[in-house]
Amino acid sequence: MTITEYFNLLFTDYTLRTITLGTAVLGAICGMLGSFAVLRKQSLLGDAVSHAALPGIAIAFLITGTKDSNVLLLGALVSGLIGTFWIRGMITKTHLKTDTALGLILSLFFGFGMLLLTFIQKMPNANQAGLDKYLFGQAATLVESDVKIMIIVTGVCLFILLLFWKEFKILLFDPDYTKTLGFNTRFIDVLITFFIVLAIVLGLQTVGVVLMSALLLAPAAAARQWTNSLGFMVFLAAIFGAFSGVLGTAISATQNNLSTGPVIVLVAAVFVIFSFIFSPGRGLLFREIRFRKNRKDLQLKKTLQFMYGIVESHENISHPHAIRILNNFHGYTKGSLRTLEEKEWITISGQQWALTQKGFDEAKDMYNQQLKND
Amino acid sequence: MDETKLAISVDDLTVAYDYKPVLWDIDLAVPEGVLMAIVGPNGAGKSTLIKAILGIIKPIAGSVAIYGKPYEKQRKLVAYVPQKGSVDWDFPTTAIDVVMMGTYGSLGWIKRPGQKEKKASLEALEKVGMLSFKNRQISQLSGGQQQRVFLARALVQNASIYFMDEPFQGVDATTEIAIINILKELRKAGKTVVVVHHDLQTVPEYFDWVTFLNVKKIATGPVKEIFNDDNLTKTYGINYKVAVNK
Repeated sequence: MTITEYFNLLFTDYTLRTITLGTAVLGAICGMLGSFAVLRKQSLLGDAVSHAALPGIAIAFLITGTKDSNVLLLGALVSGLIGTFWIRGMITKTHLKTDTALGLILSLFFGFGMLLLTFIQKMPNANQAGLDKYLFGQAATLVESDVKIMIIVTGVCLFILLLFWKEFKILLFDPDYTKTLGFNTRFIDVLITFFIVLAIVLGLQTVGVVLMSALLLAPAAAARQWTNSLGFMVFLAAIFGAFSGVLGTAISATQNNLSTGPVIVLVAAVFVIFSFIFSPGRGLLFREIRFRKNRKDLQLKKTLQFMYGIVESHENISHPHAIRILNNFHGYTKGSLRTLEEKEWITISGQQWALTQKGFDEAKDMYNQQLKND
Repeated sequence: MDETKLAISVDDLTVAYDYKPVLWDIDLAVPEGVLMAIVGPNGAGKSTLIKAILGIIKPIAGSVAIYGKPYEKQRKLVAYVPQKGSVDWDFPTTAIDVVMMGTYGSLGWIKRPGQKEKKASLEALEKVGMLSFKNRQISQLSGGQQQRVFLARALVQNASIYFMDEPFQGVDATTEIAIINILKELRKAGKTVVVVHHDLQTVPEYFDWVTFLNVKKIATGPVKEIFNDDNLTKTYGINYKVAVNK
């Protein structure tokens, strides 16, 4: 199946439509909440939480014996939340730094989860196969009820986000100040964290515990490059997330044996790389272009100023002077001379240059401006 | 002094981060309408004192009253200007947006700022001379401009008491003068202003009240009466006069 076939099938095939809708919604909610995680500098929290969810999945299976994704994800939610609160506890109650606490919980829970998974796989029970799908995700396992839950959670999350928008924003920017205004910062904080954990758990089936954090962070990191408004950043991150989900699923579904998680993450990474290079305000490309242009402008102005200094003492401003008296310390090159001539600030004849009236006025203007700035 | 109301009174306030006390048994009475500096060496607990009064840090013991009532009931009378470095200025928002945050407290939960709040925020920006930067992304402001935006955010709260944590740190002379003029205006309007301050040279010029702090309270009172070598030496642990004249 090729990608075009896949998208044609979307209109006729019910299963494909369910899966695509599911990954789009998932990408959107992850992008939205990921913006908050990135701005709170809690990027690694997502990684720890998704890994911490693994033992929950295994334990839920051991207790209930079913592979119903809702039951397993409930288990994931519980162990994800326990992991989160342990991390917070470690940070506030001990001298450990955040990264240490995150790393400890991540590997501890993940190790325990892997142990349980191997144990389950050796159980004499035909039902156990397929739990390892939660490691790297398999979008093909999404069914209608999964997608319904995703849509409901996203709806609730969007509602809460709009309702407490002002509170979320101020807490993200300045928590101490928020406290002095009388807001219960703990409540807002727990609310944000809970929804971040919820989004991660929702994504486990599709993207898997190992790479889930990337779907949370990559769309947000890409969106940050394009805007200086929090609202637009959240919106854009949702769009990027949705597209990563849909494209990633499409690519993995059209090839044999491609786990969905890695492909979605790679698509999201393309968004990030593109944004880092090409965004107009913060992108590397335009920054370099601006930098070079500014430097060239300054060089031109320096040369013109130097010429002005020579000419100033002469009565006739357009009296020709030898090029070799120009000092390349001031940025004089053959190229800059040519540009000055193109701007009609100077004329060149042979080995001599002369300032035009236009160039003289320009330099004088610059000189006055400099005086004003000092 | 008996006739003046007490804006802030602090009783037996003790704060510890670990086992070591940061503030020990602080009693403080600040009369209404003064412009007060809190001075002391690094690690003396100046910022902590403000944060404990504002309930950002929980004290081990002691109580704080604002105009005779517990702080929790008097929040709307109090505005806080945190240290500029305490937030990430690369946050995606604009100057006017930050100032508008000053109105969130009176708005309460959920309600969004409207025209009235926007107008008040624009006025505050104008007062600090930053009106033309209202739509500027905050990361593109200079240190002094960022400090002015923070000040405007507190002004918009229209409080009676202002707490400021090192508002002069890392700002140029122009901004420092602009800020101190606004503080003096606030005092003229009958407000009480408490400032954590580092530059001892400017204390007599800027402030009329001073508190010397070094874990314990050394002295508090009018600058004219208590800003002397004796208290400076007690606070900084060196013979201040000798050290300065060297």
